[in-house]
Formats: sequence, structure tokens, C-alpha cells
Amino acid sequence: MNKKQKKMLFRIVLAAALMVVFALLPIGDVLRFVLFLIPYLVIGYDILLKAWKGIRNKQVFDENFLMSVATIGAMFIAVTQSGDYVEAIAVMLFYQIGELFQNYAIGKSRKNISELMDIRPDYANVELDGKLEQVDPEEVCVGTTIIVQPGEKIPIDGIVTEGTSSLNTSALTGESLPRDVKIGDEIISGCINMTGVLKIQTTKEFGESTVSKILDLVENASSRKSKSEDFISKFAKVYTPAVCYSALALAVIPSLFSMLILQVPANASQWLYRALSFLVASCPCALVVSIPLSFFAGIGGASKEGILVKGSNYLEALSKTGCVVFDKTGTLTQGVFEVSAIHHNVLSEETLIEYAALAESASSHPISKSLKRAYGREIDRSRVTDIQEISGNGIVAEVDGKEVAVGNNKLMKRLNISHIDCHSVGTIIHIAVDSKYVGHIVISDIIKATSEKAISALKSIGVKKTVMLTGDSEKVAQQVASSIGIDAVCSELLPGDKVSKVEELLTEKPPKSRLAFVGDGINDAPVLSRADIGIAMGAMGSDAAIEAADVVLMDDDPMKIAKAIKISRKCLGIVYQNIVFAISIKVMALILVALGVANMWIAIFADVGVMVLAVLNAIRALFVHTM
Amino acid sequence: MKKTYRIEVDCVNCANKMEEAAKKTSGVKGAIVNFMTQKMIVEFDDGREPATVMQSVLKNCKKVEDDCEIFL
Repeated sequence: MNKKQKKMLFRIVLAAALMVVFALLPIGDVLRFVLFLIPYLVIGYDILLKAWKGIRNKQVFDENFLMSVATIGAMFIAVTQSGDYVEAIAVMLFYQIGELFQNYAIGKSRKNISELMDIRPDYANVELDGKLEQVDPEEVCVGTTIIVQPGEKIPIDGIVTEGTSSLNTSALTGESLPRDVKIGDEIISGCINMTGVLKIQTTKEFGESTVSKILDLVENASSRKSKSEDFISKFAKVYTPAVCYSALALAVIPSLFSMLILQVPANASQWLYRALSFLVASCPCALVVSIPLSFFAGIGGASKEGILVKGSNYLEALSKTGCVVFDKTGTLTQGVFEVSAIHHNVLSEETLIEYAALAESASSHPISKSLKRAYGREIDRSRVTDIQEISGNGIVAEVDGKEVAVGNNKLMKRLNISHIDCHSVGTIIHIAVDSKYVGHIVISDIIKATSEKAISALKSIGVKKTVMLTGDSEKVAQQVASSIGIDAVCSELLPGDKVSKVEELLTEKPPKSRLAFVGDGINDAPVLSRADIGIAMGAMGSDAAIEAADVVLMDDDPMKIAKAIKISRKCLGIVYQNIVFAISIKVMALILVALGVANMWIAIFADVGVMVLAVLNAIRALFVHTM
Repeated sequence: MKKTYRIEVDCVNCANKMEEAAKKTSGVKGAIVNFMTQKMIVEFDDGREPATVMQSVLKNCKKVEDDCEIFL
């Protein structure tokens, strides 16, 4: 408990004790009023003050106003008639207990979440004249060597130049297994260095580093409100004035009616009492507190699992996901290509791969990387000139003065070179030298271990349709699709085709369900923003994806997609439960109070009890680890 | 220009109220209150001095939620 909460607890205990003692004392009228005023003010002075400030600032109708009017009214009845001061004090008391509880519970869960997301590095160590100096990460230029000691956070993205260590990436990925790093490895900020001292050459500025991007995302998450939250804030704006006027009507109309029409003396104080109880019961705290809290807990719980949701509206959309569209490479497959076969006819195997690697030397496409890896030797770029990249086809370049074409069958057709189709499944890279076909290289990608499970998990939670989009050949696409059980495949797409394909799928789906697109973020940014929900995988490294996506999965496990949907459904379930539960109890209590069946005690229990239950229910959204 | 301020606010709904109030303040282009991180991110209109605008933001926030604090 913090200072404020402790003070409140003290006030509650003191007021309760005073109230009990004074209730037992046999004392006269005036003194009794003065004595009871003490616990009343002890427990309620801040509420009265806030209500007064609210009126002065023209923000009249809030819970402080409701409570103040109700308790002042109850005091008034006690003075003039019943002498029962306990009721007014008890209402304040229970109201404050409820507030304290809610405050405590929220503070606790907030701390839980923010501690987990506490990845902001406070400093970076830079070596200056042989001495370590701590500097603000924002002041470190690209290319500076920083030193990270065991137990420290990695402040800026970079490459390891000295040392080996293992990194705790759990704050970023939710993955508890440490990751080993050695010289030459790229490492991202936000991880915690565990065992060895690392020297890191920074490759980005702090503002562009992973940790800043993620913090930006987390800190801006609340800017996008869900429909349910909008509903509640609109509801509260209408509801509070409405119940105040109803209470006023309840206090005045029946009395006037009996006096003027029935010509009998009115029981004005009974109606006043009912009207005050009505005010107590009507407080909308349960709703206005628990709905935003549920979303907050849902987003917090998800981020603890390595699923970052950019706003509660996306959590809401995610719960309605009916169709999931996947990018193939890097999402369902590892995106690490291996050369699995070399089919040559005129040149030797080595020369063939040499030509391919040289022609692709300037490209950073995963396929080029795998060719370079398979070549295995240093690439002499001076041998390559005049490189032309033909998007979706391949590359034509001059290697050692010969024109080398490296690409898929579309490229061969385009250049009018007859080629041999391969029987093996994989990405086939055809190579032609001086317009003569010289053979092909088969490259295959490995399907992620959890892809199949991920698809069946999605189906089991009611996702109607799964689609895979790929720029790869029909044959490879079909093989991947059938081995993991995906419903539909669209292959041989150019990057732009993916957007139109997703647009097509958007028009086909039922209007209430949502379409999610999952990609690894490379070349996917337009599709990610076009889909109802863009989910980027493996955020570590691709900042374009973090910006374009609505949901970011911190690691690249496709199982997380089903988990994210489950978390969103649990959260939305809680939101609807709370809306229905709170409103129905309120309506019931209001009717009972208006009819005189329930008194002020029941009214305050209806108010505080519902709030406590709704808050407890909302906090449930935080616990999603076992889903 | 965007600036981030540390705030203190006790309930999610109060944070929403603060956000509304900050957005309506003159000189403020946009405002986001993050309850989880207890931060307020304010984007200012061009040519407005953040320090003076923030004074009125604080005043407006106090109006809707007496219990809040912005650390300027």
C-alpha cells in the first residue's frame, strides 16, 4: 500500500470506531449530531470537497456528487426525524472501502505489468580514455562501441565485437530460455546480459533501436479506444444526470401527487429517503472503472506473453477474427533457405553456384543469402557489374564479362530461354549464362515446427478460414499448405498482388468477422495496414513491421496467433459479463429502492459489492499464461 | 512537437478523463494518457510554448479529476 492508501485505511478505521462508540453512547439530540458529524467528516470530507469543486467547475454529475447529496440528505433526515446517523456514515464508509479496494487492486496489477515492461535502459557504458563512463543512451552515436556488463540491459541495437554471453530476452519475447551470443552476432536492445561482458558496436541510434520502438508502442497503446469503452463513456454521460433527475422526481412527484390530487398528507420524508437510496444505488462506478480496467488488464496480460496489442480496439477486433491470412516465408516457414540440390548440365557444380552467388551479391533477399552461404567463400564484388533486379523474377548481371541471368521460370520465359522444370519441391533458381541455360539450384525452406499445430489450434477456436499467400511457386506452396493443413493457397504473387488478394478476401468475408493478416514484416507493411488486424511476427529487427502492424508478436512462434485470439476473447468476455452484470444489478436495485423494498444499506451494498466483483472479474483478464 | 510527462492518476477512468481534458486544451494537437506507464504524451500545435500550454493542461485536468498530478 502506498501513503495515500494507508491514510485512507486509517480514516476508515477511525471513522468506523468513532461511529460504533457514539452509537452506543446515550446522548441528547444536539450533542449527538455534533458527535456524529466527526466520523462523517473524517470519512467523507474529500468526497464533499470534490463534489463542491465539481459543481464549481461545471462538472456536476459524478460519483462524488451522488454520494455527497445522498449522505447529506440522510444526515438531514436523521436530524429532523429518525436520529439514525449511522446510515449516512456507513454509506460513506462502504463507498470509501470500495474505492480503497479498487485503488489497491488496480495499483497492484498496474505495477505487475509495468515492471514486466520495464525495459527502458537508463544508461549506456562507453569507454573513454580507458575508463568506463555512463552516458545517456540518446547521446550515443551510431558506430560507437558500448560495453554491457552482466546484469545490465542492452541499451542500443548493435553487433557484438568482443565477448560471449547469454541474453535473457524474456522481456521482449516472453521466452524464458536464454539466448547465446558470440562475436559477430546482431543483438537487440531490451535484452538483459546475463553472464559475460560484451563489447557492442551500435548499428542504430537509441531512438531507432528496438527498445525505443517497443516502448513507443506500449506507451501509445491506450490512444485507440474500443467500442465498448466508447459505449461506457457515452453511457456514463447520459446515465448520471438521468438518475439524478429520476431521484429528484422520486422525491417530489409522489409527495405532490398525494397532497394535490389525493388530498392526503404526504409522507415526504419517506420519499426523500427513497430518493437518496436511489442515488446511492445508482453510482455507475462498477462500469466506468471495470471496463477500461479489463482492457488494460487484457493488454497487459498479453504483453507479458510477448504479444503487444496497439490498442483496445484491436483487442476487440482480434476477438472477432474469422479469417487468418498468412504470409508463407518467415511466418509459417523459418525463412532460412538451404540449397538442397544443384542440377547442372554444362558447368561444374562449383561454377554454377559461384555464378549464382556473384549475380545475387547485392541482394539481401533470403534466397540470395542462402546462395551466398552455399558458395561459402568471400565474394569479389568487382567481378560483378551492371546488376538489374527484376522484381518477382530474379536478377540479370554481368559476371566476368558474361551476362548471367539468375531467377525463376518467369525470368527464363521473359528472356526467351528454354529451361528444364525440376521434379524436386522447393524454390528453383534457374541460371543462364550468355542466354544459354546451364542448370538450376533447388532451395528449400523449412516449415516451422509449430506451424501445423498453430493452424489446428486456430481451427479449434473457431477460425473459419486460413489462407496462405506467397510469391513462391505453386508446387512449393501446395506442399507447404498440405503438410500443415491450411485451407487455401495463393501462390506466385508479386508483393503488390498480396494487397489486392487481401482486399478480395475482405469483401468475401461475413461482415461481422474480422480478417487478420500475419506476416514477418519484410515487404509486408502495406498488407499489414490493409487488413482489419495486421499481425507482425518476430518484431525483433523489423521496425517497419512494428509501425504498420496492429499486433506485434515478439517471437516468431505461429502458436501465439491462436493465443492472442484466445486472450482477446477472454478479455472481451469479461467486458460483456461486467456490462450485463453491473447494469442488471443496478436496474434491479434501483427498482427495489424506488418501490421501498430495499433501504439505503442494500443500496450501498449493491453499489460497492458490484464494483468489487466487477473489478475482481476485470483483473482476471490479466491471467492468461496458461491459455 | 511531442513531449512526455510523468503523471500520477489512480484509476483508468480518471486517466481517460484527463486525456479528454488535455485534448480540449488550446495549443494541444493531441494527447495520450497511458495509465499503465503513468505517462502523458502531449503533441503541441506549432509555435506554442510547451511550458505555458502545460500549465493550462494541468489546470484543465485538475478540473475533471482533482486527484491527478502532472510532473512538469
